[in-house]
Amino acid sequence: MGRSTRRLRAGTVRWIRWQERVVKVLFYSFLFITALPLIVGYLWLFSNSFSETLIYSLIPERLTLKNWSFLWRPPSPYYPSLWRTFGNTLVLALGMVVTVVGISTPAAYALSRMKFPGRFGLLAGTLILHSFPGITLLISLYYVLRTLGLLNNVIGVFLVKAGLMMPFAIWVMKGFFDSIPWDVECAALVDGATRFQTWYKVMLPQVKPGIGAVSVFAFLSGWSEYIYVITFVQDKRSWTLSSYVNSIIGDYRFLDYGLLAATGLFYMLPVLLFFLFAQKYLLRVSIGGTKGGR
Amino acid sequence: MVLVFYVVPAILTVTMALTNMDYRFQWNFIGLGNFRRMFNDFLLPGILRVTLLYVIGTLGIFNVTFGLILALVTTSVGERIGRFFRALWLLPRFTPPVVYGMIWLWILDPTKHGLLNSVRVAMGLRPVDWILNYPLGVIIIANGIIGASFGMLIFTAAIQSIPQELHWAARVDGAGLLQDIRYITLPQIRWPILFVTAYQTLSLLTSYEYILIITQGGPYFASTVWSLYAYKLCFGGYYAPYQFGYGSAMALILVGIGLIAAVTYWRVFRFRRMMAEPLIEV
Repeated sequence: MGRSTRRLRAGTVRWIRWQERVVKVLFYSFLFITALPLIVGYLWLFSNSFSETLIYSLIPERLTLKNWSFLWRPPSPYYPSLWRTFGNTLVLALGMVVTVVGISTPAAYALSRMKFPGRFGLLAGTLILHSFPGITLLISLYYVLRTLGLLNNVIGVFLVKAGLMMPFAIWVMKGFFDSIPWDVECAALVDGATRFQTWYKVMLPQVKPGIGAVSVFAFLSGWSEYIYVITFVQDKRSWTLSSYVNSIIGDYRFLDYGLLAATGLFYMLPVLLFFLFAQKYLLRVSIGGTKGGR
Repeated sequence: MVLVFYVVPAILTVTMALTNMDYRFQWNFIGLGNFRRMFNDFLLPGILRVTLLYVIGTLGIFNVTFGLILALVTTSVGERIGRFFRALWLLPRFTPPVVYGMIWLWILDPTKHGLLNSVRVAMGLRPVDWILNYPLGVIIIANGIIGASFGMLIFTAAIQSIPQELHWAARVDGAGLLQDIRYITLPQIRWPILFVTAYQTLSLLTSYEYILIITQGGPYFASTVWSLYAYKLCFGGYYAPYQFGYGSAMALILVGIGLIAAVTYWRVFRFRRMMAEPLIEV
């Protein structure tokens, strides 16, 4: 009796091991197969931008830099200078960073450290306001910008975007402030620092990762913005890369995939860099950043 | 600033919905005329259908189900490989929408130069105009691939916060990997699943960026969702541009649905608990 159970157990263990191995293999192949379209898509951007023709529209045949000539010469006289466009995009992205970080950090500190009646309401508000953005506000924002004379201006776009991002940014920053123990702040206050000094000299250095994360997010969301740019900016001198690539798609879609891929890749470059080197910030906002808020 | 760019526009939207404002930006109040017009809009039934299919399809297939599968699978395989694939799935979310749309336009190209069609041609079949034939499928898949990463991140965080002891106990009791997932992991992440469903429903209702780039809502109105229709009414060019009043009214309906959904979720699922879950910009 005792022996048979032992044998049975050994058999079960072996069966479980075997099952586990099969499941793992299945998991790996599942991951690979589902990710294949993604890999192919991004691979195409690379290979197509550097080659003249493609075999099976994916494998490069003759390498060339011709597709990248848009860097120094616009593809047609109709297009504005690429570097001007690039500059506009940079202004948009950096403007987002400065405004969002500049306002959300002190606001989050206030929300985190000072008692006030509407705190729960604000958290709930973020979720409710989430049903507002996009189209709902786009129309009236168009009106607001028109009244303020900020249409066709990158500044208008980043002010709007920063305003819309604010609840989210404040929420994330609050999470970071929450995770700092009160004792640290008390010690500073007891030592004679003012509330502002405490915030500036003691608290800020501690939430640096949070500031980094929010900055990266603000930068990327400004850099990639599409709808607001397309809608609010028609003047070619104020184009950003979004409008540039958009009209490249419109004009050269069936004619010159090489040009399409090259401009697309150029536009994506900063994103790729951030993705490779600042990934921990991106993930921290989504997971770690709010863990403090719990 | 939140006041100028958030609260004021919100109020303006409500007011504009009661006017028949057009490109001249005059405030002619017509009461509930815009809402009455909706009942006579022959395009609306179709758009409503597309919107429902789009939201339910994307949410059910990708944002929740596929996101969950990705989270489960990437946490079950090795740490490094799991992280690599999670990063890969996150990439589309951070790709500029135009570039992401461009990749799709190439994949779906109706001539033999597109990815799918070059495969068909290699197999001796004729090229197919994917967008023309499967507009709804296209927008669901294109949006779903981006949406899946949201669920994936939240579920992963939730799965990783389950105490390891529970898994060990299950293994000692003789559970395999699949049983471990079924009886330990899934019951532990019930709340995140509800949260993702609720949050993403609202996101999907108001998202139309990728649809605008890839199919432009076409052919005709076959992939135009409610929010895109409102956009087209105001900025859509040839069809009926600059109908700011009517567009606002359409948008307002969307806000109404969003608010009702938010309050319902709140009541039914005790949102107060979910509020503690991570929030990510979508």
